[in-house]
Amino acid sequence: MAILELTGVSKHFGAIRALSNVSLTLNPGEVVGLMGDNGAGKSTLVKIVAGNYPPSDGTMTMLGRKVAFHKPSDARRAGIEIVYQDLALCDNLTAAENVYLGRELMRGFGPFRILNYAAMFKRAGELFAELKSETRPRDLVRRMSGGQRQAVAIARTRLSDAKIVLMDEPTAAISVRQIAEVLSLVRRLREQAIAVVLISHRMPDVFAVADRIVVMRRGEKVADKAIAKSSPEEVTGLITGAIEAA
Amino acid sequence: MVTGNSSRHPVARQYEVAANLEQSIDKSVHRSWLTWLTSQQTFWVSMAAVVAVVVLGLASDVFATQQNLFNVTRNFAFVAIIAIGMTAVIISGGIDLSVGAVLVLSGMVVGMQMNAGASIWVAIPLALAASLGVGAFNGLMIAYVGMPAFVVTLGMLSIARSVAMVLSNNRMVYEFGPDQPQLLALGGGFVDLWLPWLGQIQIPSPVLFLLVMLLGAAFFFRWTRWGRYLFAIGGNERAATVTGVPVKLVKVSVYMFCSLCAGMAGILEVGWLGTITTSLGQGMELSVIAAAVIGGANLSGGMGTAFGAVVGAALLEVIRNSLILLGISTFWQGTFVGSFIIIAVLFDRLRARDANE
Repeated sequence: MAILELTGVSKHFGAIRALSNVSLTLNPGEVVGLMGDNGAGKSTLVKIVAGNYPPSDGTMTMLGRKVAFHKPSDARRAGIEIVYQDLALCDNLTAAENVYLGRELMRGFGPFRILNYAAMFKRAGELFAELKSETRPRDLVRRMSGGQRQAVAIARTRLSDAKIVLMDEPTAAISVRQIAEVLSLVRRLREQAIAVVLISHRMPDVFAVADRIVVMRRGEKVADKAIAKSSPEEVTGLITGAIEAA
Repeated sequence: MVTGNSSRHPVARQYEVAANLEQSIDKSVHRSWLTWLTSQQTFWVSMAAVVAVVVLGLASDVFATQQNLFNVTRNFAFVAIIAIGMTAVIISGGIDLSVGAVLVLSGMVVGMQMNAGASIWVAIPLALAASLGVGAFNGLMIAYVGMPAFVVTLGMLSIARSVAMVLSNNRMVYEFGPDQPQLLALGGGFVDLWLPWLGQIQIPSPVLFLLVMLLGAAFFFRWTRWGRYLFAIGGNERAATVTGVPVKLVKVSVYMFCSLCAGMAGILEVGWLGTITTSLGQGMELSVIAAAVIGGANLSGGMGTAFGAVVGAALLEVIRNSLILLGISTFWQGTFVGSFIIIAVLFDRLRARDANE
C-alpha cells in the first residue's frame, strides 16, 4: 500500500497559484527524485507534506487514512521527517546532542531527571554505524565535514520510526567525495523501507540514487516515471518546458 | 613509475598518507585531558587569577590577611552571582543590560517593605517576585514580540531604576523595622568554618550563596534539558525551533533566571551595606558582562560556563583590590579591567583561528 498519497493537491497564495492539482504516490523503500526549476512548486509541495501549511485543495492520505497537518510537529508525529537544506545543526554541540536535540534521553525518576549522556552517545554511535558513517558521537559538529554533518542530520530522522524522509538539496554545497557519502546514506534509508523524497537540482545525483523521478513545472506535475525509462536529456527538457509532458 | 627520482611506488605512498591520516585522527580522538584543559578559556583565566593572588600575596603584606580576603570574596560575590545569570543569557545568544537596575529595584522593595514594618519573610519574596516580573517582561518582549534583547533590556535599565526612585522617593533607607538584624545577618554575616592547615576561617554569607548558585547553575547547564536548550538556542536558534525545542519559553525563563540572580544579589547587598540608595548598582551591568566575557562566555551565543563567570568576577575584584593595596591610583582601574576584557576576547579569537586551520 502507498505510504503517502496526494490527490489533487493545490495551493494558492492570494492570486498566485503555487501548486495546481498535483497527485503523487509514495511507496515504502522508494527514492523519488523531485526536480524542477526555481519556483516550479517543489518547495511548496514539500512544505505541504511537512505540515508547514495546509493545502488549499485536495487530500493527503497515509497508509489509506486521511491526514491533515496543521504544524510541522503533526507531520513529524505521523512519521514524516525532514532534512533541511542547511541541516539545522548546532555547531557548538556534539553530534549526539544534535541527533537528540528536542528529544533528549533522560534518566532518574519523577521530577528528578537528568540527561542520559551515556545512552545518547551509545545510541547515536549505533545509528552512525548503521548508516556506515565515520561520524563520532562525541565530536563537535563544528569540526565535521559536509558528509558527516549530513549523517548527523539523517541520523536524527532514524530516532523516530520515520516512514518518509524529505531531503532538501542534500548535495548542493558539498564536495564530490561527500556527495557519494550522502547518496549511500540515502540508499541505507531505502534499505530500511523508508520512502525518500530527494529534492535536488543536481541531475547526476538524482539519476544515481532515485527509483522514480517527478518533474514539476509552474506548479504542475509534468512527469512521473521510473528513472530507467527516462534520461537526463528528457528531464532537462521537461524542466525547461522544451518537452511539454512525459 | 616514469620519473626516476621518485623512490616509492605511488600506491605505497597513498597507503602511507592514509596511515598518517589515521594516526592524526587517532591523536585527535585521544586528546589528553591536559590538552582539553589548556584549550579552555576558563582555565587560563583561573591561572591568571591564581598568579595575581600569589604575586599580590608576596608584594603586599595586607593582601593575604584574612580580613582582606574576607572583603575581596564578599565584594566579588555580588557581581559573580549576577554573572552566573548573565552567562545563562549570553549562552542563549542574548544580553541583559537591566541587571544593575533590577538589583536596586529588588533592594528597594525589601528596604521599603521592611522600613514600613513588614516581616523579612514577606519582603524578600516580594522583592524576588518583582525581579522575576521584570525578567518575565524582558523575556516576553524578546521571545514573543521579537524585539532585540539589547533594546528591551536597555529600556528596562531605565524603567526599573526609575521605579526604585519612585518607590523610595529617592530617599536613603537605613531603618529596616523589627527584622533588621536578620536582614543584616543575611548580607553581612558569615559562617565559621574550620579547615585543616588554615584553622578557623570566616566565610561571608554572600559567598555561601554564590557557592550554592554556582553548583546549582553548573548542574543545570550540563545535566538538564533546559541547559542543553540554552546552548542549542545560542548555537542555532532556527535548528532549535525546527527540532521542537520550546525556544520562546526557554528564552523567557532565562531572562527570569538572570533577573532573579540580580534580585538576590540586591537583597544580599542591602543586608551587607545596611542601607540602600537608588544609586546602588549603577553601571554594574558592565562589570557583570565583563566578568561573564572574561570567564569565557561568547557574546555571539552558544558558549559559556558558570564557573567561568565566577572566576571572571574574582579576577576583576582581585585586580581592583590589588591596585588599591599597591597604592596605584584608582583612576587606573578602568584601564586594567578594560584591558582584561580585550585580552580575554583576543585570546578566544586566536584560539578560534587555530581551530579553523
